[in-house]
Amino acid sequence: MSATVTGAPRLRPSRALILRGLLLAGLALLALLPVLNRLPADSALYVSDFVVSVSGKWICYAVLALAIDLAWGYAGILSLGHGAFFALGGYAMGMHLMRLIGPRGVYGNPILPDFMVFLGWKELPWYWWGFSSFPFALLMALVVPGLLAGVVGYLAFRSRITGVYFSIITQAMTYALMLAFFRNDMGFGGNNGFTDFKELLGLPLNTAEARAALFYAALAVLAGALWLCRHITRSKLGRVLVAVRDAESRVRFLGYDTTHVKLAVFVLSAMLAGLAGALYVPLTGIINPGEFSPGNSIEAVIWVAVGGRGTLAGALLGAFTVNAVKTWLTSFAPDLWLFVLGGLFIAVTLFLPRGLVGLLHKGEGR
Amino acid sequence: MRRILLLLILLLLSATPTARAQDAFTAALAGLSGGYGAQAEAVERLGALGDPRALPILQALAEGHLQKRADGAFLVEQGGTVREAVSGAAATAGETIRINNRVRAALRGALGRLQLVAPEAAQRLTAADALFRSRDAANIPPLEQALARETAPGVRDRLALALAATRLGAPDAAAKRQGIELLAESGSAEARAALLEARAANPDLAGEIDAAVAAIDRQLELRRIAETVFQGLSLGSILLLAALGLAVTFGVMGVINMAHGEMVMLGAYTTVVVQEALRGIPWLLPWSLPLSVPAAFLVTAAVGVALERGLIRHLYGRPLETLLMTFGVGMILQQTVRLIFGAQNQEVTSPTWMQGTLTLPGGVIVTQNRLWIILFGLLVLALTIAAIRFTRFGLEMRAVVQNRRIASTMGIRTGRVDAMTFAFGSGIAGMAGVALSQIDNVSPNLGTGYIIDSFMVVVFGGVGSLAGTMIGAFTLGLVNKLLEPWAGAVLAKIAVLVGIMLFIQRRPKGLFALKGRAAEP
Amino acid sequence: MTLRTPFSRRALMAGAAGALALPAIRPSFAQGAPIKVGVLHSLSGTMAISETALRDTVLMMVDWINGKGGLLGRKVEAVVVDPASNWPLFAEKARELLQVHKVDVTFGCWTSVSRKSVLPVFEELNGLLFYPVQYEGEEQSRNVFYTGAAPNQQAIPAVDYLMSADGGEAKRIALLGTDYVYPRTTNRILRAYLNSKGVADADIMEEYTPFGHSDWQGIVSRVKRFAGEGKRTAIVSTINGDANVPFYRELGNQGIKAEDIPCVAFSVGEEELAGIDTKPLVGHLAAWNYFMSVDTPQNAEFKKMWRAYIKNDKRVTNDPMEATYTGFRMWTQAVAQAGTTAVDKVREAMYGQKVDAPCGYTEQMWQNHHLSKPVMIGEIQEDGQFNIVWKTPDAIKAENWSPYIPENANRKK
Repeated sequence: MSATVTGAPRLRPSRALILRGLLLAGLALLALLPVLNRLPADSALYVSDFVVSVSGKWICYAVLALAIDLAWGYAGILSLGHGAFFALGGYAMGMHLMRLIGPRGVYGNPILPDFMVFLGWKELPWYWWGFSSFPFALLMALVVPGLLAGVVGYLAFRSRITGVYFSIITQAMTYALMLAFFRNDMGFGGNNGFTDFKELLGLPLNTAEARAALFYAALAVLAGALWLCRHITRSKLGRVLVAVRDAESRVRFLGYDTTHVKLAVFVLSAMLAGLAGALYVPLTGIINPGEFSPGNSIEAVIWVAVGGRGTLAGALLGAFTVNAVKTWLTSFAPDLWLFVLGGLFIAVTLFLPRGLVGLLHKGEGR
Repeated sequence: MRRILLLLILLLLSATPTARAQDAFTAALAGLSGGYGAQAEAVERLGALGDPRALPILQALAEGHLQKRADGAFLVEQGGTVREAVSGAAATAGETIRINNRVRAALRGALGRLQLVAPEAAQRLTAADALFRSRDAANIPPLEQALARETAPGVRDRLALALAATRLGAPDAAAKRQGIELLAESGSAEARAALLEARAANPDLAGEIDAAVAAIDRQLELRRIAETVFQGLSLGSILLLAALGLAVTFGVMGVINMAHGEMVMLGAYTTVVVQEALRGIPWLLPWSLPLSVPAAFLVTAAVGVALERGLIRHLYGRPLETLLMTFGVGMILQQTVRLIFGAQNQEVTSPTWMQGTLTLPGGVIVTQNRLWIILFGLLVLALTIAAIRFTRFGLEMRAVVQNRRIASTMGIRTGRVDAMTFAFGSGIAGMAGVALSQIDNVSPNLGTGYIIDSFMVVVFGGVGSLAGTMIGAFTLGLVNKLLEPWAGAVLAKIAVLVGIMLFIQRRPKGLFALKGRAAEP
Repeated sequence: MTLRTPFSRRALMAGAAGALALPAIRPSFAQGAPIKVGVLHSLSGTMAISETALRDTVLMMVDWINGKGGLLGRKVEAVVVDPASNWPLFAEKARELLQVHKVDVTFGCWTSVSRKSVLPVFEELNGLLFYPVQYEGEEQSRNVFYTGAAPNQQAIPAVDYLMSADGGEAKRIALLGTDYVYPRTTNRILRAYLNSKGVADADIMEEYTPFGHSDWQGIVSRVKRFAGEGKRTAIVSTINGDANVPFYRELGNQGIKAEDIPCVAFSVGEEELAGIDTKPLVGHLAAWNYFMSVDTPQNAEFKKMWRAYIKNDKRVTNDPMEATYTGFRMWTQAVAQAGTTAVDKVREAMYGQKVDAPCGYTEQMWQNHHLSKPVMIGEIQEDGQFNIVWKTPDAIKAENWSPYIPENANRKK
């Protein structure tokens, strides 16, 4: 595959301004949610804990979408294994949360998590060492996905594996990891993964305060990631990325080391995904190998496609829209939601190649 | 021991005048309506008596056709009519007698004994095998008699083996030695089990038995390797079937069809529908599976045409978008099937010629259904290659792949060729579904388990090369199965996946790279 | 069915971020508003195959209670959601059921991981969950009532049977399971139990496979080899869900007969057998607390009700459905006794509650949140039903903390 130019063209200034305004307004409204949650329950503006916790989850998904957009929308690297980076970050944080349970587990073992106790493990495996420390766990949530992306990316980009082939390789990567994490002998809790967390940084997790704190942490990470991505895409590096996406050979002939440029952005994207996963786990209260399933990664890519790839606002819009639709439909039409979601994916790829953001510039879209 | 003594006494009794045998027969029969323990004992006694009247009764019991009436009389139900078991007089239905595994095991021995004198060789063969499995010392005399009478060579061998195994339990050491030798020669796993079972009871013969077991083990080791290779070929043929359709749609057209697995699933459901439709036509029912093959091809090819004309053709040149869109298509197809057929597994019965095992020369045992699937996989591959090489459609397809514009100027309707190629690939997937319905669940999730493996096979073998797909599939199947005994099923699979990923770094175009213009899509 | 959601349609069209900011429409109940029953079973994804029947069972029971004039004079209404076999989604949906739909009770979950996922939510919000599937034990939450079997109500009696004269006097046991917590824990308990019965570790084979494993050639031949050591051998299968069909096919095709190597399964019921040709499998066993073939008036009524509801004479009933049915009836009794649906009151009323269950025994809810249940062993018949060859004389009390797991000794009480 070569030279398929389908990225979004530059928006006219006024439209770009509208988009940015909407984005900021949306984020500001999001920031209000935990405050509204504190209103008395009969107030007209009250939002339930459910809305706060579910939108906290969507924020994590939005960070993941940004990470994918950075690699795919800007550098043209379509990874179908970003769910793996997300899950690895989640597992790193999950291991920390498990260690924090300490003697409060069912069997009162201060060192071993419950699942190890009742399966007869005698001591903590070496790869669990250090995870009782929060900074270490956070570091690992970035380093492990980054390292994996570095190795896979280096091998692939060096051999000039691009396009569909790269997608298939990353898909195999997340599939292999899923199979590995399902094994109970791995020491990561097998299919059950980690649950029943008690606290994080001294804050008991099952309280509204903790949820609000995690919500704001996630929002801060989202804002930070947005700023970072914007910075990168506006820089010279960003322009090289777009050039690589659109005509890699030409960029290489111009003297750029495209392997390293792609590797850098892929590793960064993986680390961002890992961070999203690390935030996601305390918010949802569970991490298990299902997060590695190839379907999850494809779904995350579809959020970006639905919102509009190649624009940061599109990634956010896509992540929120698709997940909101999913949350709503799995309750409202439990038998039919797959039709609606599947139909949405088809319609967007067929009629809105630039995603929902593309709706903003009429006439140019199709 | 006490039971054997009892049986011997009964055997002696059975030789005395008929009136007493009559009594013993009726007395033994009564036990059939008792608890499972009493039933098993009664069956053994009936077998030991050797009264031919017991045969139809015990057969009815084994098949669940024996009934009992409140007054204690036994009835045999056959084809809807009920008769009294002993007198044969017509009767009204009673309560069916149920049995359990213990009774079933006793029945096997007793029926074996009674069938030893059957006129058909096949029945005597069954009897010999049944007696081999039951290994009751009381069977030695009848086995010896049967062996002396027997003329069919195949049955003779089995009878001799059964006798050898049974002799292990005899009191006479010379007979035992003879048995051990014969068993060692047979080299079967069952003989090995019989020897090991006898080892604990015969410490004085431990040396001989160990030597015999070692001899069998040497033969078994070779057989085990052969069986592992067969298992690898079987897995390979399944991978081949699953990947072949993809090799056409992805390899030739460059379309990433994530709904490929759902095409396979639709093929499997077509098999179910065909089977249900033929339920009313009993003479055709055994042929439902062969008939499903063209049906599945047509159904999935039709879905393929609709998919290609309706959706995919709008996205040519954008393979990644196709990937995302077909993922949505897959979701919809899955849920549609789930709503129509329900989420439950559908039942697909295997025709009798696909059931059971087949013993190849050298004693290698293979399962029939997998053997058929290997052959079917190769047949589908051959047909696919033939269709591409030798038909007009194949020629047009190759022309369009090589250079769409020139093909178009030559008067080839490229749009039609695209649709047909996609239909062809989907149809192959549907045929794979027919085969998979024989070994896997027929449920809406059937396809999801195969999609990644299929992509791996195609990429590993080399995109666009059908021969590569075949070699890739069989290589992966074999490697997987050879690793499995050491690493376990999961680690073997992970190792294969990682191996492919590393291999593709070395040879990005796979095993068989297309050269020249066609290699650059 | 009118279900309230926190999102209005216009808001959705305006974009998700905007929608969130809109005030959620909160349902407010007047006196006599319907009692809400949450149904948390996967309707799509890998678990749909098992769980959709449980959704239908709960809906049937809701119809049943409404047909009797409702509960406490109020109508009972089901709120169905689809957690889509996705474990984090289970937690999200549980919270939605409790906080948005304000359900009074929830019937749901099949896999252990889904239960573990929703457990913190039910505990935080003091909800009430009825869990209807046999599981590995090692759990007891004040917010969950477990109406399926604990290991001592299924696994241990089954092994006892295999080692008895009727069961074939097995001396060697192959433990085959899917690699997740239920088989791992059950097999650990069984190994300790077998050791205590004098079975050496060399006579136990333990092997695990991934979910949905479809290629059983290698493992079945290994079992054959394991059985070829001259001792009576039996298989204990904790193979889950989809993997069973290919497993039994391979068993049948490789000619493993129940008289030679019987296989007793803990996760294979009537519903699973519906996908298999059972002729080659006659005599293989399953251990449950209920079989469809149980011959009691209660079961006849249950089957009649089910067939009338599902409008299909071919559909079968199975153990988790019976556990759902029994749990639902018990809950209605407890609510009627407590005079309210308030969780704390209902919980108190649940203890000691008795139901004449379809299995033909009176099952009682104990303080340990588990039911006393009978154990039955059934042999597979040609028609896909089970012939009950053995059952306990009485319902057995659950040991959810197994005495065969040594770590339970230092468990916090």
